[in-house]
Amino acid sequence: MSEARFSVGIDLGTTHCVLSYTEIDNENQQTQAILGIPQLVAPGQVEQREALPSFLFLPNAAQFDSQQLALPWSQEYPVTGQFARDLGQKTPDRLISSAKSWLCHSQVDRRSGILPIDAPEDVTRLSPFDASKVYLQHLHSAWQQQFPDAPLNEQQVVITVPASFDPAARELTMAAAAEAGLDHAVLLEEPQAALYSWIAKAGDNWRVQVSVGDIILVVDIGGGTTDLSLMAVSEEQGALQLTRIAVGDHILLGGDNMDLTLAHVVAQKLAQRGNRLQPWQINGLAHACRSAKETLLSDNDTQQVPLVVPSRGSSLMGGSLRAELTRDEVQRVLIEGFFPVVPADAAPQKRGRAALSTVSLPFEQDAAITRHLAAFLQKQKQASEHLHGFNGDNANSFMHPTAILFNGGVAKADNIVTRITEVVNSWLSSEQDNGLKVLTGIDVDQAVAKGASYYGQVRLGDGIRIRGGTAAAYYVGIESAMPAIPGMPPPMEAYCLAPFGMEEGTEANLPSQVFSLVVGEPVRFSFYESKTRREDQPGTRLDFWSEEELTELPEIEVTLHSDKYKAGDTASVQLLASINELGTLQLSAMDVNSDDHWQVSFDTRN
Amino acid sequence: MEQNYGFFTRLSMAFKMIFSGAYTRTLLQPVAAEPEVPQVEIKEHNQDSALQLISLLQKEGRLVDFINEDINSFADEQVAAAARVVHQGVKKALAEHVSFTPVSETPEGESITLAADYNRSQWQLTGNVAGQPPFTGTVIHKGWQVTEMKLPAVVEGTNLNVVAAAEVEL
Repeated sequence: MSEARFSVGIDLGTTHCVLSYTEIDNENQQTQAILGIPQLVAPGQVEQREALPSFLFLPNAAQFDSQQLALPWSQEYPVTGQFARDLGQKTPDRLISSAKSWLCHSQVDRRSGILPIDAPEDVTRLSPFDASKVYLQHLHSAWQQQFPDAPLNEQQVVITVPASFDPAARELTMAAAAEAGLDHAVLLEEPQAALYSWIAKAGDNWRVQVSVGDIILVVDIGGGTTDLSLMAVSEEQGALQLTRIAVGDHILLGGDNMDLTLAHVVAQKLAQRGNRLQPWQINGLAHACRSAKETLLSDNDTQQVPLVVPSRGSSLMGGSLRAELTRDEVQRVLIEGFFPVVPADAAPQKRGRAALSTVSLPFEQDAAITRHLAAFLQKQKQASEHLHGFNGDNANSFMHPTAILFNGGVAKADNIVTRITEVVNSWLSSEQDNGLKVLTGIDVDQAVAKGASYYGQVRLGDGIRIRGGTAAAYYVGIESAMPAIPGMPPPMEAYCLAPFGMEEGTEANLPSQVFSLVVGEPVRFSFYESKTRREDQPGTRLDFWSEEELTELPEIEVTLHSDKYKAGDTASVQLLASINELGTLQLSAMDVNSDDHWQVSFDTRN
Repeated sequence: MEQNYGFFTRLSMAFKMIFSGAYTRTLLQPVAAEPEVPQVEIKEHNQDSALQLISLLQKEGRLVDFINEDINSFADEQVAAAARVVHQGVKKALAEHVSFTPVSETPEGESITLAADYNRSQWQLTGNVAGQPPFTGTVIHKGWQVTEMKLPAVVEGTNLNVVAAAEVEL
């Protein structure tokens, strides 16, 4: 890369995208600015906003004149951003939302046109991958329009992903960025970005606020997802060191669920008064509940907030629907529903799924975020063991964080922040530990983008860098060699390819296992990850594991094309794992008999 | 003999009579050498931004709907519910597009003295206006001024007269 002038952070969010940038100046620390993103806000009207809502609308060919959908840089199809979101309120079948959650949905082909799921016949559907690409292209164009002399691809670009993204979702994000013209972009986990933003804001003072031995729990509750991470503060050669020691599972629960839940509560109340609501009114209610919720959760003096769902016709006074949301309802539905007081050994409740269901996102069955949090801390109780300076005192039944950082739109509600802190504190005091330090000061709407931009500077110069490497160990499944038993699949062994915490720009030691692969056609492997097995090294074989330890990921696929072999021949290969400088895991198959090697793909469903 | 003034000259004389003191002076500076024929530039109004603003206030706050309804035929409760929609929406629309600050830093009800060179467009004198500045009086209304206004860019050919399109559900 030539000399980059800017460090650019892109928060490719589930509900909003934000781009933050900093001029790289080695003399002075610069603050992170936010790019105004031009987008359609009405037919023929383009406005710069600080966020690009992550929505795509696929209009009918006869719905608009082409100039009504023009952007400064192109005619736009699909409609992206605020206007797409507005259109989708009234025509939901043509709206793509939460594409990012689909991008990490391992049960679907993420590169095939499936969105919107309920689209009418005339719609050419887009893949989750395409949708991510469109957002990135939009951001790319917006940048280029404002900085024509500083091509974005020549800047230091950092794109954030959820910490819980699996290798395939990360690779797809990188591929989408490359197709959007950003092939030098680097990935960063969102909770890390939030912590970087906090460090940038705190300046040198951060070293006073946290100290060696601290474990920071980052709770990021966005519009659609909840992301959890643990960061440890240790000391190395006299300097403070930050290490990301654990990440949580992808939890599809966020602020939008809360707004919709409140809307249904109010709708029920209205139904009891004899008003049956239509779907558009529920949408309107959810919209009204969002701001009412923020008022009630931040201002303890307000007892109730009136809600009005405006009529669709022009008679506003005659046709509007009135209701109210009370403090008690918000307390009962949101605080007790999503953040109940639970013991430290709580586990998310599971209920049986219906045998038949439509293709949809795997929404959480248990809405209680505090239970997910409890499960995460239990699972990660040994996460700091390998770190120098942390005692491996395992009398504790769960990981004890000492500080907490909140991020995401939901963190604007003081009462939710307070409730989560109280619940974790009650767990800590049940095992005779002190309460949490609450780290504050970040702007929850922009922290991820700003933190990413800050991280870009850190990569180029000095400043504290959070270490961590991969948040999981990766395994490939091998069928055990044993006599066939009718009716029993041969038992599988898991063979470790990449250890936990593998750092960027490193390779795993080549495991000696040789695999036989058929040449000329795709060969598939079972693929597993573990977020808890920190001790396994490449080459470790497991013949037994519990369901909590190893999670099966989408199969990985390799196709060998070679002049040296005839199609149908078998080649002997070793698998090699590495993490490139951009932060994605790569697997290659190395021919043991020649210097051929092949790239292994994580995304097989196409 | 009646002098035959052109339209703009007459207009400018009218302005001269309306505006007092310094404002007129600054406005007329370029032609101060010929005080007998004062001229001002009258801007042709481009109504685009006004239409855009109406459209925004309608879209977010349903203002045009609200104003065009017969308020007398509804109960206070219904008017109040509609007013909430208007208040919340108009507030949002203005907050996103217009920044206001008060003109007067002195709070309403308190005494203020305006020096001779006070800005005539920012301060309006009422009541017993007599004598020479400095003027001392009480701030009745703190005034508002727009410090920044950002409206969407408009694609050539967009019909801004349609401040709200008719909606047809299929």
